[in-house]
Amino acid sequence: MRSAATLEQVFREEYGRIIATLIRISGSFDTAEEALQEAFTAAASKWESEGTPHNPGAWLTTVAHRRLLDAIRRERTRSDKQTELTFETTRLQPHAELDLSDDDAAEYPDDRLRLIFTCCHPSLVREAQVALTLRTLGGLTTTEIAHAFLVPEATLAQRLVRAKQKIRLARIPYEIPKLEVIADRLAAVRAVIYLIFNEGYAASTGRSLIRNDLCAEAVRLGRVLCELLPNEPENMGLLALMLLQDSRREARVNDRGELVTLEEQDRSRWDSEEIEEGVRLVQAALSLRRVGNYQLQAAVAAVHAEAKNADDTDWPQIVALYEELMRLTSSPVVALNHAAAVAMSEGFENGLSLIESLGADGTLQNYYLFHASRADLLRRLNRLDEARVAYAKALSLTTNEVEQNYIRRRLESV
Amino acid sequence: MKYILLIYQDEPSWNGLSEAERQAIYLEYRKLRSELQATGQFVTGSQLQPIATATTVRVRDGKELITDGPFAETHEQLGGYFLIEANNLDEATSIAARIPSARAGSVEVRPLVEMAVEASA
Repeated sequence: MRSAATLEQVFREEYGRIIATLIRISGSFDTAEEALQEAFTAAASKWESEGTPHNPGAWLTTVAHRRLLDAIRRERTRSDKQTELTFETTRLQPHAELDLSDDDAAEYPDDRLRLIFTCCHPSLVREAQVALTLRTLGGLTTTEIAHAFLVPEATLAQRLVRAKQKIRLARIPYEIPKLEVIADRLAAVRAVIYLIFNEGYAASTGRSLIRNDLCAEAVRLGRVLCELLPNEPENMGLLALMLLQDSRREARVNDRGELVTLEEQDRSRWDSEEIEEGVRLVQAALSLRRVGNYQLQAAVAAVHAEAKNADDTDWPQIVALYEELMRLTSSPVVALNHAAAVAMSEGFENGLSLIESLGADGTLQNYYLFHASRADLLRRLNRLDEARVAYAKALSLTTNEVEQNYIRRRLESV
Repeated sequence: MKYILLIYQDEPSWNGLSEAERQAIYLEYRKLRSELQATGQFVTGSQLQPIATATTVRVRDGKELITDGPFAETHEQLGGYFLIEANNLDEATSIAARIPSARAGSVEVRPLVEMAVEASA
């Protein structure tokens, strides 16, 4: 019993690290996956009969390496060609024969950074980046990923096959990108991790268990990124943002599965450990003085997190942060959030007139959040007829069930 | 490993350039070509005659069909290519980004099928 639990835990913690090295050595995602799978199978029976080894991670690494070398030798005997070996720089040389003791394995360089960049390479479509990252770095099964993203398993499997094929045939490199492109590549990595988080966070009905796993996995990946590239403020900002949002998870849905707004949430249900870590991270990131999107969003979340109750919120501070964000991005969501913060800080009339001016050119007319924000301020200003019209418009523009239910409840209340 | 860089550009806008502008771009192409030759990354490459000179051949039921064209609906036409040697996709795309037409049009980067891969496929 104990060994099964340990294996599951070791699997989660070590999968990404071990497979990253196996891929570097073999030059093949598939060969690496098979070898690691065999090692886990071996562990399941061996640990059951002989007990869990002193250093389970090292044990697995050693066995997986042996399996990998066996597989490569078999491949070579079958044909002299090295067709499976993709990455030019990492072709296995005879001196790379590995005989790892536990200590050697522990000292192996961390290849996960290469793996992250390869999985999130811009020549792969976003869906493939996400699937590949979860499959290799996270060790999630194809079935788990398919369920989490509500796509048929066959589709997801096909997506992974195509991505791995492209990596092999187009020779997407397995290395840390050059200095001149690394900033863009890193931004893509963060986008993938945050997308995974949001996929888990946005859904609060149905399959919630699997989806919470996605949040946890994204947070874990965020930690790995911070660990591999320390003192990169946006990485810290991303991790902080995810932690601070995740801290409200229990409070943002009520017993009936309905969305509860930040203002109405029971703050005693917020996760104080996550808040503490998130706030600490934001402060550390901002002190590096290279401000960015994720840091600012995390800072907004931190201001909310530190307010004892909704009335206690430091709205002028939030307005200032959104103004900073608007300098970095032209996102309409940011502009709307800014207007909402202005409404809380300087009066509903001021917020509403900002929203009206945002909507003046008509580009936001088909945007659900525009009408929902507008309706909210009209409601607070007691202009209920107009609020009703705006809520109805918002309702017609969203297909998300949770959002629809939220607006319906608002509609009933005005 | 070999990659072909297929250079697509909008022909009318290319034709709309002044002679001096065109010469400046040709000069850039020559410079890129000699840089790639110096690093051993250049295999071959050429500009193509305009799409109006293109002919399409099909064989159906053993019969040769020759038509004018293609007249694709796309607004960018294949105007030239480079065949290069690069270690990986990042190297290939960074060369593609140095092609002058990448600024006005686009460059498609495709790996060539290597013999060993072909044999095992």
